[in-house]
Amino acid sequence: MNFDLSDDQVALRDGIRSLLEGKIPMSRVREGFDRSMFDELTNAGVFSLRVDGFGWADAAIVYEELGRALVPGPLVWSFGRDGITGGLDLTVGGTRYVEHLDSLDALLVLDHTSISTADPSSLAGSPADWPLDPLTPVTEAASLPALTAVGDADALGALRAQGALLTAAYLVGMADALTDLSVAYAKDREQFGRPIGSFQAVKHLCADMVVRTEVARASMYAAACVLDDPSTGDLSRALSGAKLLANEAAITNGKSATQVHGGMGFTWEVDVHLYLKRAWVLDTHFGSIDTHADTVAATL
Amino acid sequence: MDLQYSEADEVFRGDLRTWLADELPALPPQPARDDWTARRAWDTDWQRRLFDAGYAGLSWPEEYGGRDLPPSQQLIFLEETTRARAPYVGVNFVGLLHAGPTIVAEGTDEQKREHLPKILRGDEVWCQGFSEPGSGSDLASLRTRAVRDGDHYVVTGQKIWCSFGQIGDFGELLVRTDPDVKKHAGISWLMLPMDLPGIEVRPLRTVLGSSEFAELFLDEVRVPVSCRVGEENDGWRVTNVTLSFERGTAFVSELVDAMRLVEDLAPLVKDPAHRRELGHCAAELDAQWALTKRNVTQSSRGTPGRGAFMMKLAYSETRQRLGELSLRVLERDGLVVDGKGEFVEERLRTLALTIAAGTSQIQRNIVGERVLGLPKEPK
Ligand SMILES: Cc1cc2nc3c(=O)[nH]c(=O)nc-3n(C[C@H](O)[C@H](O)[C@H](O)COP(=O)(O)OP(=O)(O)OC[C@H]3O[C@@H](n4cnc5c(N)ncnc54)[C@H](O)[C@@H]3O)c2cc1C
Repeated sequence: MNFDLSDDQVALRDGIRSLLEGKIPMSRVREGFDRSMFDELTNAGVFSLRVDGFGWADAAIVYEELGRALVPGPLVWSFGRDGITGGLDLTVGGTRYVEHLDSLDALLVLDHTSISTADPSSLAGSPADWPLDPLTPVTEAASLPALTAVGDADALGALRAQGALLTAAYLVGMADALTDLSVAYAKDREQFGRPIGSFQAVKHLCADMVVRTEVARASMYAAACVLDDPSTGDLSRALSGAKLLANEAAITNGKSATQVHGGMGFTWEVDVHLYLKRAWVLDTHFGSIDTHADTVAATL
Repeated sequence: MDLQYSEADEVFRGDLRTWLADELPALPPQPARDDWTARRAWDTDWQRRLFDAGYAGLSWPEEYGGRDLPPSQQLIFLEETTRARAPYVGVNFVGLLHAGPTIVAEGTDEQKREHLPKILRGDEVWCQGFSEPGSGSDLASLRTRAVRDGDHYVVTGQKIWCSFGQIGDFGELLVRTDPDVKKHAGISWLMLPMDLPGIEVRPLRTVLGSSEFAELFLDEVRVPVSCRVGEENDGWRVTNVTLSFERGTAFVSELVDAMRLVEDLAPLVKDPAHRRELGHCAAELDAQWALTKRNVTQSSRGTPGRGAFMMKLAYSETRQRLGELSLRVLERDGLVVDGKGEFVEERLRTLALTIAAGTSQIQRNIVGERVLGLPKEPK
């Protein structure tokens, strides 16, 4: 048992991290997703990791870094596909919003039993004026275009599994970034003549953030290892646990980070709200906290 | 990165399963909760069986009766014994998980030869005398005095919350050997033979109604200097080595035990909201188990990670969450402690998890300051 990053995986993580710091810093993230960003990620091999011989654990490590950097776009849906691919999951309640519609080359539509594709250009409609997450534009798909079936229940299961894992990885990266933002601010900001991080009320919020993140990360890596080798665990339970805890870590850390930043935490300028809003968006992707808790319970 | 156990690990697991299947049905019934003499006999008998079968001291050095096995097999041992509902360490807790590891790390050869094999065989039971009425979280402020008199320390003071104090053969004792220096610098770590004159043990009643721990009154107790582990006044450091020795696995059995509790509770949980909460608890425990594997991997590579600091904080909260859930599930079945399963007793017992061995507040301070580098509180 070697349940930690190998030397190669550390190099992979450091490589993608420095690439993102150089090419997609927060100033560019804030301008939103576009094709040039997608092309750069494609050239870096982000979407073709599996065909290039990497394992799921490697892919998870890369997606964790994408989440830390909060790179926008339909990155999970596009994994292993040609072109910018979006997704519409008909099993999730509420309005049928398609994310990033204007950028899409292809659209996957999921229901309870199969995968279909639809031509995104056949979807009429204009993006909502005020999306929850300013970096995730959404367009209501009032009526569904013609669907072409492309995958059966097995393919659907595989897609949901990979989606849950990569989304969990992305969320763990976000939870980690939120911890870093908060700790940096708590060391720097002074009140009552000393750094606010010396106050236990603040320190303990930060401590809980890092614990939550480490627990979620361990869970996510375990799910990745089980996806790589299903003989080492119960795949559905591992994936559900990972997505549940990662989502919860990102949301809770988002709220704690807002608190640690005080009034600054409620401003557009500080990045915290962008993370928190994305964490809420991602709770509607590949199973919510609630549905995954039910899935884990069903294994008991 | 993978979760595969090696072939040798799986052989170990298979042998252990076979042994447990033979051994467990032959165990005598468990004694009454407050019959400490019988409890001691029962727990140490189990330890002796483990020792005879080669399952004691899995991570301890071979020359002192241990097995020097890789940490993965320690995890398998915990997994399998908990799953098979084998007895818990019980009264052997302090010896096996605290005093023993400290002696392994810091004891002299003679101390190791004398105590380690006895602890592993179940011949020697230990208790811990660290906390004092005035020194709990601020342990280093302790005031029990030890004054050197030739080959002895003369020890006077009071200890409290001493688990297994009434049956211990030896106590881990922290004493102040130099009152004139900064508080951390004047402490020494002694092995206290519990049968010395001048020691009085008064049991304390816990929320469970039983007497799991005791007060210890020490009145001019003459402890041989040869009982000191580590250098004089170096006791604070000695106390802190245990954690690294245990590779963060000290609380793992609690974790595995909680997973068993989840399985026991599951058939009783009908309400969908309760089931969802149970799923949540199970996911957290699975994750903490994964974190344990990560901690073990990192420390066996010689680079202990930050995860070891976090385990206790994480699992004690989850366990209490699970305890809350079990009471909600039981409704009025929960009005009797030993009525339906062990859930109510567990709920009570787990109240201590966020207090004993460093409260959760203190753990958060440690994570905040040592892991995240946040500034210390002004003194
Ligand atoms: C079941 C059980 C078994 C035990 N067994 C043993 C044993 O065998 N041997 C032994 O030596 N001890 C033992 N203990 C004692 C245990 O280690 C102490 O209870 C613990 O360290 C807390 O100390 P205290 O009880 O004095 O609480 P206090 O330190 O008085 O704490 C009271 C409250 O104040 C908070 N607090 C204190 N200081 C701070 C701070 N700086 N910042 C924030 N909050 C703070 C604490 O978190 C807690 O909530 C046991 C305790 C229990 C419950």
